[in-house]
Formats: sequence, C-alpha cells, structure tokens
Amino acid sequence: MRYLTPRKRAEGLGSARHGTRHHMAMVISGWALLFIVPVFVVILARTLGRDFETVRATFANPFMAILTGLFLFVGMRHFARGAQTAIEDYTHGFAREALIMLANAIAYLVIGGGFYALVKLAL
Amino acid sequence: MTAPKRVERPLSPFMIGPYYRPQMTSISSIMIRITGAAQVAGIVLLTVWLLAAAVSPGWFDRINWLATSWLGWLIWIGSAWAVWYHLLGGVRHFLFDAGRGMDIPTAEKLGWAMFVGASALTIITIIAAIV
Repeated sequence: MRYLTPRKRAEGLGSARHGTRHHMAMVISGWALLFIVPVFVVILARTLGRDFETVRATFANPFMAILTGLFLFVGMRHFARGAQTAIEDYTHGFAREALIMLANAIAYLVIGGGFYALVKLAL
Repeated sequence: MTAPKRVERPLSPFMIGPYYRPQMTSISSIMIRITGAAQVAGIVLLTVWLLAAAVSPGWFDRINWLATSWLGWLIWIGSAWAVWYHLLGGVRHFLFDAGRGMDIPTAEKLGWAMFVGASALTIITIIAAIV
C-alpha cells in the first residue's frame, strides 16, 4: 500500500523526475564560475610559456592551488551536467546513457588527474 | 489564384540552410553550447600540462613543447575566446532568468555584445599574458 497519493508523488518533479535540481545546479555552479574563471584565466595566461621552476612555484602557491582545484572541480561538474543536457537533446536509448557516462568519466578523470598534480606540486 | 500560404509556425534552428535564416538570437545561443563543449580541448591540455609539471622536468619539457607550439597556442587562445564567450552567455542566462532583455532588439544587441565582448576579453587576456 502506498501512503502517498499519486498527485503528491508527482508534484514538482516534472518529466525528468528531478524537478528543478539540474537547472539549479547549473545556475549555482555558473555563479561560482563567474568569480573563479576570470581570476584563474588571467593567472594561467601569465604563467604559460614560463620555465619549469616558475610554473611549479605558481601552482604550489596555496591561493593558486585552491583556485585551480575549485576551477577543475566546479568547472568539470558544470561541464558534465551541461553535456548531459546536450546529449539528451540529440540522442536516445543506449547511446544517450553511454554518452552521459562518458561525459561524467571525462569530468572525473580531469578532476582526479588535476588534483593529483596539485597535491604533488603543493606538498 | 492565391499565393501559397506563408509558413507562420516557428522553424527549428536545426534547419539552418535553405529553410532557416540564421538570426543573432538563435546563433548566439547555439554558440554557448559549442563553446562549452570546445573548452574540453583546453582543459585536457591544461591537466596534462599540470601533471607533467608535477611529475618530472623531462615530461614537462615534452608537454610544454606541445603547449607552446603553434598548435598549443591555437588551443589556448581558442579556449580563452570560448571561455569568455561561454561566461558572457551565462551572464545573459542570468539576465533572461530575471526576466530582463527578452525583447528582440535588446536580445539581438546582447548577442552582438557576446561576440564583441569575448573577442575584446581575449585580446585583454593576451595583453595581460605579455605585459
């Protein structure tokens, strides 16, 4: 026996069964990236093309290490969710499921690889 | 004889070509998706470059050679334009979400502002890198 009425179980969830959770996640990560990205891009642009020791010292700096970690994590989660929306627009069935998993795999590979590099550089 | 009835319903932008005349509103929106996906190239290069810097001078030399080759700079500068365009597109989403700038003349201007703004910010980024 179900204790919730069918209406109560459906209300606010929409056809995707997740309500506005996906949209809100994109808005919130978008606002975060609005502050993270400009600072990161300018520092990265000034570091590119420098020698080995300068590059290591730049990313070993605590501020830059944390900023890079946030950029990679928030950015790649934003990417995975955005890519999911695009994949859902153009593909169906098995291809859709496989491509969403691939987008998430790319996101977590970049996060994992980046975090390993940052820890090694900062410690 | 009457003239054939004009199609009044909206057409899908996926019909770009003979059936759909591109407008700034639809193209600037599609470009947000394209720039979002295109940034993967720059992010992967950045992560591999960081890993190389963390591992050894030998690996850094190899990856840094690629990262500072003409192909590398093409990816960095292209990614910078894509990042700035996508960011301005996000700001426009926030404006639209707040119910502002939805009338067509303003929406068209916002689309142009995204293309011009992304190009200007890319040039500023390059200047910041050099100076």
